[in-house]
Amino acid sequence: MHQIIVENLVKTFHIVERRPGVWGAVRSVIHRRHRTANALNGISFAIQPGELVGYIGPNGAGKSTTVKVLSGILVPDSGRCEILGRVPWKERIAHVRDIGVVFGQRTQLWWDLPVIESFDLLRDIYRIPQSDYIRSRDELIALLGLDALLDIPVRQLSLGQRMGCDLAAALLHSPPLLFLDEPTIGLDAVSKLGVRDFVRRLNGERGVTVILTTHDMDDIEALCSRVMVIGQGRILSDGTLRDLTDRVTRERRLTVDLVDGTETVHDPDVEVIRRDGHRIHLSFDPERISAAALIGRIAARHAVRDLYVESPPIEEIIARMYEQEKL
Amino acid sequence: MKAYAAVIGARFRMMLQYRAAALAGLGTQVFWGLIRMMFFTAFYNSTTAPQPMSLTDVITYIWLGQALLGMLPWIIDREMREMIRSGAVAYELVRPLDLYAFWFCRDLARRTAPTLLRAVPMFVIAGLFLGLQPPASWASAGAWALATLGALLLGASIANLLNTSMLWTVSGQGISTLMVAAVAIFSGMYVPLPFFPDWAQTVLNIMPFRGLVDVPFRLYMGHISPSEIIPLFAHQLAWTLFLIVLGRLLLALGTRRLVIQGG
Repeated sequence: MHQIIVENLVKTFHIVERRPGVWGAVRSVIHRRHRTANALNGISFAIQPGELVGYIGPNGAGKSTTVKVLSGILVPDSGRCEILGRVPWKERIAHVRDIGVVFGQRTQLWWDLPVIESFDLLRDIYRIPQSDYIRSRDELIALLGLDALLDIPVRQLSLGQRMGCDLAAALLHSPPLLFLDEPTIGLDAVSKLGVRDFVRRLNGERGVTVILTTHDMDDIEALCSRVMVIGQGRILSDGTLRDLTDRVTRERRLTVDLVDGTETVHDPDVEVIRRDGHRIHLSFDPERISAAALIGRIAARHAVRDLYVESPPIEEIIARMYEQEKL
Repeated sequence: MKAYAAVIGARFRMMLQYRAAALAGLGTQVFWGLIRMMFFTAFYNSTTAPQPMSLTDVITYIWLGQALLGMLPWIIDREMREMIRSGAVAYELVRPLDLYAFWFCRDLARRTAPTLLRAVPMFVIAGLFLGLQPPASWASAGAWALATLGALLLGASIANLLNTSMLWTVSGQGISTLMVAAVAIFSGMYVPLPFFPDWAQTVLNIMPFRGLVDVPFRLYMGHISPSEIIPLFAHQLAWTLFLIVLGRLLLALGTRRLVIQGG
């Protein structure tokens, strides 16, 4: 049974264009030029309960628009969307009780109030029974390590602290679905790890379905069993990270540490990408030569200290995919 | 209902944090009140023609206006504007609340909390030193209280229209400027409405703005008899209801074509 069904979703925005310069501004008063932007151009996918789906694409691809349609905030022009059997924008109030949403770039906490007061206010807004509220709140506080922050007004929190509080705020009413729109944007390394760890546990232990948009490929590698790539309002790829990698390139990388730093590797089936000291980075096509055969050949000719095979970094894969699709 | 009450409560607590701003506002308003007082005193000293209100009444009117200025719906809530500009309004829509009622409550709190902070000391100062008279009678005081409640609801319904207009214009600057003029003049905040020429009175009586200032203030000083409270309160409520219906329609239209700023 699918929890989220999206079929052929289309959303266009009408944007008023301003002409540059003073004369342009005057002309814009009399005649406005409109441009339509196709944010979503026929998006379809289905998500099962308990999935953790990464949703990536370049800026302006339609990621946030999708999340906003799923959240019941935006009304699409056409297409179907059903979440837990409801159409989000038609039954908005019932729908939003079952979802938690975090937009990484802005906070849902009340800026001037201490964190705990924002939580209490959300309890009243979502009408969470007191006993459920205390259990859920204390669990989230413990999981995210928020104890010390509760009495501080939100405006005084660091971005990482604020994100922790925002995640808790989105989950106080224990929704089965969580939408995260760039939750790690601007965070330092430690805070990012904290967010990832929390999302992983939430999904693993409580079975919360998560849709995560991000530009940070480490988020995807660390968390997502499934990745959807969107570009120009269309889904370009939907599958495991491995599927995505294979689709874009078959290339593999072989990194070799040689005992003798002056030697170079010459082989018709590999290309040297880079070398730093004793370490040589090679690229090869596993269809032409298997990794095992290649390793055997190199080990026979050179004194090798260490070597390992990997795929190109995920950032590179995605960049290549955007290039191929001319995004 | 509890959810909406909680929203009001939280906003109220938040507003009460800004004590320094309230104090500064108090100073400014005493200053402007003094200037308006001098202006009207000079006017009364230079004319022998009979005027529609006594100078004592006008002075009381001025101080009521300075004390209750914050209740007037003439400026778009800064926070609201910021929310729409930045796109944080998206969070408002993921709450299981009726958006109109949510904003209405937010506005009620925004209008009452800072006004209370300013009005109480202003009543004390103006009452002791600056010529503010007490209500004409107990009945007048009661009628004034009821009409103030009416003014508050009317003000929130007007403010919500302003808020909703930002879904189209984003900045809200233009409409806000127009509104300042309309509210300040037609409510009687700048010049009490009885001073307007006779031909204008019919229009002023029909328009909603009178219910914001003119009606409660003149009830306070007995310039309007407390026995007239029922039709006047009905006038406030009728306009409030009409503006709520209009506001809801606009909000429904506005959210349908909503563009959330900033990706």
